[in-house]
Amino acid sequence: MNENLFASFITPTMMGLPIVVLIIMFPSMLFPSTGRLVNNRLVSIQQWLIRMTTKQMMTIHSKKGQTWTLMLISLIMFIGSTNLLGLLPHSFTPTTQLSMNLGMAIPLWAGTVILGFRHKTKASLAHFLPQGTPLPLIPMLIIIETISLFIQPMALAVRLTANITAGHLLIHLIGGATLALMSISMTTAFITFIILILLTVLEFAVALIQAYVFTLLVSLYLHDNT
Amino acid sequence: MASVVPLKEKRLMEVKLGELPSWIMMRDFTPKGIAGAFQRGYHRYYNKYINVKKGGVAGVSMVLAAYVIFNYCRSYKELKHERRRKYH
Repeated sequence: MNENLFASFITPTMMGLPIVVLIIMFPSMLFPSTGRLVNNRLVSIQQWLIRMTTKQMMTIHSKKGQTWTLMLISLIMFIGSTNLLGLLPHSFTPTTQLSMNLGMAIPLWAGTVILGFRHKTKASLAHFLPQGTPLPLIPMLIIIETISLFIQPMALAVRLTANITAGHLLIHLIGGATLALMSISMTTAFITFIILILLTVLEFAVALIQAYVFTLLVSLYLHDNT
Repeated sequence: MASVVPLKEKRLMEVKLGELPSWIMMRDFTPKGIAGAFQRGYHRYYNKYINVKKGGVAGVSMVLAAYVIFNYCRSYKELKHERRRKYH
């Protein structure tokens, strides 16, 4: 059972070809391009959702921060659609791989930090020392602030990976438990099935929330640094 | 009996059964031709099911169902061991 549990997280290759590339590119097929003034229903719904998200997320930024709009909106669309597609049976979710989440988190975080250092050098360096600290505590606090700065990309990546992976594993385990309990006691199996349904609803929410949190934190780091 | 229209320009449904192997050999298998085939297929599906005035949920759910089946075929080898059999 242990080997089967983690088999769905292996990077998919078919006859040696990495079809994981195709799987990562698949969600883009579900967002058709908007050519006309009045589009078809699918495109109109997606346009409405994206405009709502953009207004909610990007109004707090200054003019300089708003140049990051395209990056952040495509980030939340990608993570959201990838997580939601991972809830389909047997599918592979790229965001369960730590490598990919690190690849998304580190460049974005590094971008915001470097932007802050280039444009507001004094203010960025001043972040390392909160106001009003007593003099003896200063060295230790600077070390702590540096550590907390460098942990930001790690936390971003590991948060996304752990949430999605844990959700998928729970669904596998509880589904397997329901199946095994069916031959022993129907009532317990039914209760476990209810738990499975609640868990799936939670997973839908988690998929969207994680996308939102990732993007929100990046935008927060951006706000600090512009 | 010789065809009036040249073989290369016929559509699939108009090709006679005896001419089928030569018709397949005449198709364009260059990368550009294969990309063109994928593009044609995508636009055919898109314009028939999604780019319509009252598109429903069926257009997108057919794509998702095909995605599920594709992933099932991909992981069949591991799933084979989870069938309910007395002897695996």
